[in-house]
Amino acid sequence: MAEKKLGAYICKGCGIGERLNTDQLANVATREGKMSFVKQHDFLCNSDGVAMIQADIDAGTVNHLVIAACSRRAKTDAFNFADVAISRANLREGIIWVRPATAEAQETTQEMAEDYIRMGCAEVKFINLPAASNEQSLVRHVLVVGGGFTGLTAALEIAKAGYQATIVEKSASLGGVAAQLHKRIPNCSPFAESQSNGIAELIAQVQGNNNITLHLNSTVTQTSGAPGRFEVKITQESGSTITANFGSIIQASGFKPYDATQLLEFAVGKSPDVVDQLGLEALARQANGGKIKRPSDGKAVQSVLFVQCAGQRSNKPGHLPYCSGHCCLTSVKQAMYFKDSDPNIDAMVVYTELRMPGAGGEDFYRSGQNKGITFTKGVVSEVIPNSGSLTVKFNDLILNEAVKQEFDLVVLATGMVPNSGVNIEEVVAAPEEDKTEAKTATAAPVETKLAAESILNLDYRQGPDIPQLVHGFTDSHFICFPYETRRTGIYAAGPVRRPMDMNQAAEDAAGAALKAIQALENAALGRAAHPRVGDLSFPQFRKEGCTQCKRCTVECPFGAINEDEKRYPLFNEARCRRCGTCMGACPVRVISFENYSVDTVGQAIKAVDMPDEFSEKPRILLLACENDAYPALDMAGMTRQEYSAFVRIIPVRCLGSVNTIWISDALNSGYDGIILMGCQKGDNYQCHFVKGSEIAHYRMSKIDDTLKQLKLETERVKTYEIAITDIQRVPQLINEMANTIAKIGMSPFKF
Amino acid sequence: MSQLNATKVEKYRNHFLREVEANVEEGHWVKMCMQCGVCSGSCPLGPYWEHPPQEIFMMIRAGKREEVLKSSSMWFCTSCYNCIARCPRELPITHIMHGLAHYAKRLGLAPQNQATPKFAQYFWDNLYNGGGRVNELKLGLSLYFMNGLVEGIKTALKMRKIGQGMYFSKRMNPFEIFGGHSCKDSQGLKAALNKAREIEEAKAAQFKG
Repeated sequence: MAEKKLGAYICKGCGIGERLNTDQLANVATREGKMSFVKQHDFLCNSDGVAMIQADIDAGTVNHLVIAACSRRAKTDAFNFADVAISRANLREGIIWVRPATAEAQETTQEMAEDYIRMGCAEVKFINLPAASNEQSLVRHVLVVGGGFTGLTAALEIAKAGYQATIVEKSASLGGVAAQLHKRIPNCSPFAESQSNGIAELIAQVQGNNNITLHLNSTVTQTSGAPGRFEVKITQESGSTITANFGSIIQASGFKPYDATQLLEFAVGKSPDVVDQLGLEALARQANGGKIKRPSDGKAVQSVLFVQCAGQRSNKPGHLPYCSGHCCLTSVKQAMYFKDSDPNIDAMVVYTELRMPGAGGEDFYRSGQNKGITFTKGVVSEVIPNSGSLTVKFNDLILNEAVKQEFDLVVLATGMVPNSGVNIEEVVAAPEEDKTEAKTATAAPVETKLAAESILNLDYRQGPDIPQLVHGFTDSHFICFPYETRRTGIYAAGPVRRPMDMNQAAEDAAGAALKAIQALENAALGRAAHPRVGDLSFPQFRKEGCTQCKRCTVECPFGAINEDEKRYPLFNEARCRRCGTCMGACPVRVISFENYSVDTVGQAIKAVDMPDEFSEKPRILLLACENDAYPALDMAGMTRQEYSAFVRIIPVRCLGSVNTIWISDALNSGYDGIILMGCQKGDNYQCHFVKGSEIAHYRMSKIDDTLKQLKLETERVKTYEIAITDIQRVPQLINEMANTIAKIGMSPFKF
Repeated sequence: MSQLNATKVEKYRNHFLREVEANVEEGHWVKMCMQCGVCSGSCPLGPYWEHPPQEIFMMIRAGKREEVLKSSSMWFCTSCYNCIARCPRELPITHIMHGLAHYAKRLGLAPQNQATPKFAQYFWDNLYNGGGRVNELKLGLSLYFMNGLVEGIKTALKMRKIGQGMYFSKRMNPFEIFGGHSCKDSQGLKAALNKAREIEEAKAAQFKG
């Protein structure tokens, strides 16, 4: 951009004009902020105020503006000006709504406002307008890895939306596990009867669709590139390989049934009459609506027992610790196979907790009860095969007694094990040199019992597959952002990301299809995907200053940074989510974004007026994550909760983008306390950038050394995990810090 | 009847459930219980029940015929309807309890020294033999003397004032002791009741061992 033309607009609406001396603020903006002009308006966000700003922009008098009004999260539709850099000084939620309207508070409140003006003016000078690199192209083609129910549904959804889809299926046939089912759990009202699995129709639709290409007996042997330009090698069993380009990828690699032979107490393998749920589906398909016969001697089954949670929801070694979500419904469905063929067959379900997820789950349960299926809460301890029957020992937890009972057939509700490929965290732990060897060595990882082969074979520095979260499922936030993985443009759908039934898998497939389309469209314009959707900025680095320390490549949660042949970081713009974790990681401060940089924040920190040590006016710097902590602070303002006037709040994209150099600079320039507020970290993370908050907490755990070097008290720097709902807590934390400083005294570093 | 008592019921099979469905008022609801226990928690007499309602339902499904029918539990029901009002599955629990009690009584399995079935029998005999109307004086006196002559006189003396009050306010006629009055066509009513019993017994006979 050409010359930076600076201007500031101060709003006097919403009580700002009454509470603050805006003429004084305008003075600060001109004299200290070096704004070429400052305009005040009684109601800046109304059409008149907006028209005034737009007229200035159109006339070319301003292209970098400070809007001193409400929070940057408010009135975004009004203050939405194209092609200009904007900094917002939060005078409303950040000041007048959190400060008492008393005469004695007036001085500090006014000082707070003046500092926010100084910070806004400092920031805007260092903002550059980001622009797309124009190197992108639109590839309207999505790769779907896995031809099961989820994959087929996703491919159809993509084709229906007018995009191309390619399915890569490892086996010789489509349909996956769903094709092995006799019937499926109902997906529509009245949710009373199980229904046809619909796979044949689904396959016919896929095969008849011109927008869908099929590769059977094939695997993905290499994936390189980035969203918008993935280059994928698809290899057939015969060895022939083709290479194709895709805009985005959906991984629907599904699950394997749990290996029931580990359940020795249930006589699996000892008697053919003990089967898992898929085993029963095979028997039901054989019977095809007639009487189901038991495998041992072909006698029609007269009594059947369903054992819920067999080898799952248990912490015993070799068991699955989680609930697979569909098995209760599946057992009801399977018990109905018997009851429908003959109501006089005794079908019983022994559960510890019965869960019927989904809209019609409870209706289906009721329908099962109505058909005469017996349900009881209990724990099955042993299945003993005899000649001609099975003796089952269980504890009835409702009647509180030990029971021994004969059954013709026992069905075990075993769980789902995700096909999520290689656990890259174990690969990374292997020495750098044998990276290629490590890939094959992980064929027998310690934690998952099933041999893991890579599914995507990503040509990423970070490893060949999508990172996993817990229990081997691929990482995706269950509630806030399902399907999103830590590899941009690659979406996980179906049981590979969490256990689920077909109804949920269909929703997952549609959701991931939309996400994949959005990702390739955004990538074509050089814009970010979730959560900073549409952001054009991307990290840039000064190569001369780089020391090749690799912190940015290691810490990037999204595997966006590779290394070039000279071991310099190689940024993949389209893979980047713009969190700035690399910027926070860089010890030599060479990584920055156009509109969010070491300078935009660093200069705002320095712009604050620092009263001397004897003024009794400490300064607290608060770096707040813009996703959760900053909204919580805004809401504290909306609910009129008071907090200390000594705090100066700067929003950051993610706590991961906080460079420890900002902290030591702030301490050196006289700040008395520093608070960092990020999102919840760990397995139940709420961090929008998954690892940002965790990395920031780790970095800050080392800050004590810096404080000790400066001979400062360690209480001066605090890092917190904040949820968006912590509206009462954030003012308390600020006031706590103010009290701490009152106790331990002011920082000696004031100049 | 004794043969019926001896019917062998296998555990965790549907036989007894089917028997309950056929013979017990609203018995077809038993299978719909989801064992949440709200009924048991809501029952004001819950702590005195041998088995709370939700447990009774599970016992029926587990085929515990003798234990259910011989239980004193359902005789504790006071028809407060708390359980019906609160059951999330909308089971008519009060009615099922009375249905079970009634069925157990018919089979001669109801507990012998429990007051409720005794009173129920007095009430029924009074109505059945008294021409289709309950003779309150006779019913009251039969209750006074339920536990012997001395107890009866004691109770009568204790209730003297109330009796006098009822007499003077013409709420009680002492001459009712000599027969009282019956409803129209009391013989027809008796015939109808006999027929109903015949039908019920034929139904129950299907479940004879």
